[in-house]
Parts: sequence; C-alpha cells; structure tokens
Amino acid sequence: MSSSKVAARQRGLRLGSFARLYRSEMRLLLARRRNAALLAALVLIPLFIGVAVKVSNPEHGDGPPFLDRITGNGLFLVFTALTVSLPFFFPLVLGVVAGDAVAGEASIGTLRYLLTVPVSRTRLLMVKTCAVATFTVLSAVLMSAMALVAGAGLFGVHALVLLSGDTVGIGAALLRTAGVIAYVSIALFGFAAGGLLISTLTENPLAAMASAVSLAILSAILDAVPQLSAIHPALLTDHWLGFGELLRTSVDTSALVRWSLLHLAYAAVFLSLAWTRMITKDVTS
Amino acid sequence: MAAPPQASAGPAAVPNGAAPAPAVRTHGLTRHFGSQVAVDGIDLEVPRGAVYGFLGPNGSGKTTTIRMLLGLVRPTAGDVEVLGEAMPGRAGDVLPRVGALIEGPAFHPYLSGRANLRRLDAADATSDPRTSRARIEQALARVGLTAAAGKRYRNYSLGMKQRLGLAGALLRPRDLLVLDEPTNGLDPQGTREVRRLVRDLAADGLTVLVSSHLLSEIEQVATHVGMMSAGRLLRQGPLGEVLSAGTTSVRVETPDVDRARTCLAGAGFTARVTGPDTLTAAMPDRPVEDVAALLVGVGVRLRGLAVERPDLEDLFVAVTGEGFDVQQ
Ligand SMILES: Nc1ncnc2c1ncn2[C@@H]1O[C@H](COP(=O)(O)OP(=O)(O)OP(=O)(O)O)[C@@H](O)[C@H]1O
Ligand SMILES: [Mg+2]
Repeated sequence: MSSSKVAARQRGLRLGSFARLYRSEMRLLLARRRNAALLAALVLIPLFIGVAVKVSNPEHGDGPPFLDRITGNGLFLVFTALTVSLPFFFPLVLGVVAGDAVAGEASIGTLRYLLTVPVSRTRLLMVKTCAVATFTVLSAVLMSAMALVAGAGLFGVHALVLLSGDTVGIGAALLRTAGVIAYVSIALFGFAAGGLLISTLTENPLAAMASAVSLAILSAILDAVPQLSAIHPALLTDHWLGFGELLRTSVDTSALVRWSLLHLAYAAVFLSLAWTRMITKDVTS
Repeated sequence: MAAPPQASAGPAAVPNGAAPAPAVRTHGLTRHFGSQVAVDGIDLEVPRGAVYGFLGPNGSGKTTTIRMLLGLVRPTAGDVEVLGEAMPGRAGDVLPRVGALIEGPAFHPYLSGRANLRRLDAADATSDPRTSRARIEQALARVGLTAAAGKRYRNYSLGMKQRLGLAGALLRPRDLLVLDEPTNGLDPQGTREVRRLVRDLAADGLTVLVSSHLLSEIEQVATHVGMMSAGRLLRQGPLGEVLSAGTTSVRVETPDVDRARTCLAGAGFTARVTGPDTLTAAMPDRPVEDVAALLVGVGVRLRGLAVERPDLEDLFVAVTGEGFDVQQ
C-alpha cells in the first residue's frame, strides 16, 4: 500500500471511530427520558396552539405575531410556534441538554472513565458539540414539522401571502419555511454552544443547566432595556426573531447572513473557550 | 477463568534484551490543592510484571497519584512515565493498554450493565467494532456478571457495580491494570475472585497496581508494596524486603524473665515482659541469633525461642502511625 493510501485508510478509520462515538452519544441523548419528554413538549406546542386557534378563532391583532393569520393559512402555525417558543422554551430545552453534556458525565464520574478509555479531550468536546448541534436542529425541525402537519390538517396550507401583501406559491413558501428552520437552528446553536461552555466549567449539572438557561434570559433582559440600545444588535438573542425577514417580498439576504454570522461567531467564541477549559481541566470527580 | 491474551508481548519483545522500562515510574511527582500538598514529591516505581500493592491511610494521596498516572489530574511538579511513555503527553498510545478502576466504578444509571460496556467500547477509537460484542460478553463472564448484564446499572448492588467496573477495565487485553480499591463492597466470594483474577492476570505477565485497605489481601497477592502517608511515599520495594526491613523481634520463653530482661536490656535490646514466662526483645541491625547466645551465656534457662516477623498490618501501622484521624 502506498503511503497516501495508508494515510487515507487511517483517516477513514478515524472518521469511522468518531461516527461510532457520535452514534453512541446520540443514543444516550435520545434514550434519556427527560430529553424525550422535552422533545415531546416541543412537538405538542404547535398542536395546542393550532387547536386553540381552531376553537377560538382569534381577532385580528390578538396575541403573538402571525397568530391571527393561522386560520387563513396553516403554514403560519410554523412561524407562530417558533416565535412563542424561542424566548423561553427553546433555551430551556437546549440549556438542559447542553448544560448536562459534560457536567452530567463529570457528576456521575463517567467522564474519568471516558478520558481513560482514552477519548482525547478535544475529540470528546467535538462529539458533544456535534450531538448538541444535532439536538438543536432536531428540536427546530420536529416542532416545525408538527406545526406544518397540524396547520395543514386544521387550516390547510395555501400559497403564502407575505407580510408585504404579495403571494408566493406553495413550493416557494415551503422553501422559505425551510430557510426559517435553518436560520432558527443557527441562532439557537449560538446559544447552545454557550451552554456547552458552562457545562465544562462545573461538575454540577443542575447548576450548569440553570446558568445556561439564564444566559438566554439575561440577554433578553438586556435587550429589553432601551438605555442599552447601543449594544442590542450584538446581543445573543437580539436577532432570534429575525427569520421574519424571510417572509418579505424582497428578502434582505445580507442582513440574514450578517445575523447568522453573529450567531456563528458566538458559537465559535463559546466553543473555543470550552475547548481551552476542556484540555486544561483537572478531572477530580 | 481463562486469562486473556496480553495487549502486546511482554518483556521478551524488547529488542537486544534491554531491560524494559518499568510499568510505572514517577519522579518528584507532586500535586498541590490550594495550600494543601496532596502528593509530595514521590518517586514511584512499579516493575513490569509486578503486583504492586499501593497502601496508605485515608487521604494519603493514593487516588490523586493514580489520577496523575492516568492523565486526569495535572501534576504541580514532577513527571510520569507509564509503560515507558511520558504521560499525559502520550495518553492516546498508552491508555489503550491500561485498564483502570479509579475511586469506584461510574456508569450511566439508566443504561444496563451491558449497554454501559457498549458505550465504553464505542468510545475507544482503537477497538474493533466487529469484536465488540464478543469482548463485552467475555468481560462480563470474567467478573461473573452475565446473569445481571441486562439490568439497569442503578439497580445494581454495590458489589455488582464494582464487578462491572472491573469488566470495563478488562474490555480488551491490557499490559497494565490500575485498580483503586477493587474489592470495596465485594462479598467474600467476590473478594476471592478478584484475588484470583489479579493472580491470573499477573501470571500472564500483566502488571497490576492495586490500592487497597485490605492488607491481608494485599499480603496474599502483592509482589511489591509502596506505602503512602500524608502525601509521601515512605516505603517501597519487593514485599519481602519491605517486610524484613521492619523490626524483627524474638519471643523468649523462660522461667527467669527478670534476669533475661536485664541481660538483654544491658546488651542494647528493647526487651519487654509480655507474659508470666515470656518476654519480647527487638533491636534493629542485630541478628536475632545473638539473643540465644547472650541468654545461655548468663545461665538463663530457655524453654523456647521464636522469631516474630511483623506482618503487613504491623508494618503499616508502624510506618504510617497509630493515629486514627486523617492527616491534613
Ligand atoms: N479536588 C480536590 N480538591 C482539594 N483537595 C483534594 C482534591 N482531591 C483530593 N484532595 C485532597 O488530597 C488528599 C489526598 O486525597 P486522595 O483522594 O488522593 O487520598 P486517598 O489516599 O485516595 O484516600 P482514600 O484511602 O480515602 O481513598 C486529601 O487530603 C484530599 O482531601
Ligand atoms: Mg482513594
């Protein structure tokens, strides 16, 4: 075998073993009843909203954005559900999962056994990051999928009347919905990376989860103080609802890209701090 | 219980007959926690193939040392070599050949014993997934846990947990086993099994570093011992040497105890009357044969003379002190 072939084979093995640990991590994450319950709750939210709207038929302008438009087009149930869940419920779900990622293993002591297997600390953080990212996307997709199904069943899905009054066909509307889900996933991942960082700082998973959730709440509080408007655009949660941009006739792509980059920058900073901590940390639990 | 193959051939594989590096060697290994010195400049040396009993009272720094050997805790000073490679730098190459049980087992409570082992094996980038199932079943069988392998870990008894921890350490062939209190919580059968396991593994050329408070257990299996106290390694070496370095004493049976005591005390022995017709005499650096000669010389009537070697427990208490309170 030539040396390049050997190198390629070794790379293949490394990838294969990474995938093996990643699968084990995902199984662990999804088999956890608490996590399954959180996902179930995420899925039930759009169902409840859909049924409530169907039963009560809200007046125009009532309640959260998009709510009054659901009756006209079930697709709006996706946007409503995301909008109401973003400020609190998503941070709760992802704060729990990300905050538990490393601190949970440290507290029950399995961290020391993973590291002596050995799993390199960098690799372990990478696997945990991938698993948390997967969970983030999964929660956004599951909620949206349920909202789509419930919306279609209760109200029907039609061509989308945009905020500006123009109409786009169902195909284009679904494409924009996919864009919304992608945007929300990226925004939430910026936060989840913060949860991972906190998770490397403590051996107490409850403290890590609570601090992770507070991270989003704190950002939202700062975002609500008008005197701090100068820093608002740079806050973690400021652009979470920016996906509304995708519902305009001419989408301001550059703004969407800018905000997404901000979320990714948050993720990058959080993850590099987490990595620095991870590779230097004493494991005494 | 069949012994598993070794991870790699033992000392014989070293080219040119060069003496293999010790399984574990540390130099001036030190760890501070704040102002407290948990491990204080120890030079540990565990030869290949040894069963090394790592002893010391509670809080003397055994677990902290073991954590440093395995790269979990960074030393404040000093260096560590495991299987001839520097730690923690070469952890990726060294640790696959090391099985460890550190301060008790730890597993995911909601997974079964078997699923927990599967998780550990999946984490090992150098293990072959195709042999995973067979190795897991073999490890479970070795520790007698096959019947309970499907139970959730949280429902395991203390001893079952400990056995699962051992199974994790035996998931693949190893060159070195580091066992921190492996018999904690085991029933007498379990303790005996662990002793047998350690012997079998050692017979195959594995090196075992085992910390324990069960000194009689250690005395039965260890070839070498090291004794820690308050972060210092006070004694280390082959079991026989360490034991004989302890003060040997002679028990003298005679009707003339007083005369015998005076005579021995005059010759520099510490002599103590321990019964109506017995006394015990001890003096470091003096052959015990001298006792008989001295006593006969002054006309003491001897009924019996017995050499009393200290056992590990006597020595342990003599070295680490009688005090019951933990130091620091
Ligand atoms: N993370 C830590 N922070 C502060 N002090 C620590 C930490 N870990 C250990 N110590 C201290 O270091 C000393 C040695 O502890 P260690 O666990 O190594 O003892 P040990 O010999 O294993 O005891 P035992 O026989 O009870 O298991 C103790 O005084 C302990 O309090
Ligand atoms: Mg200990």
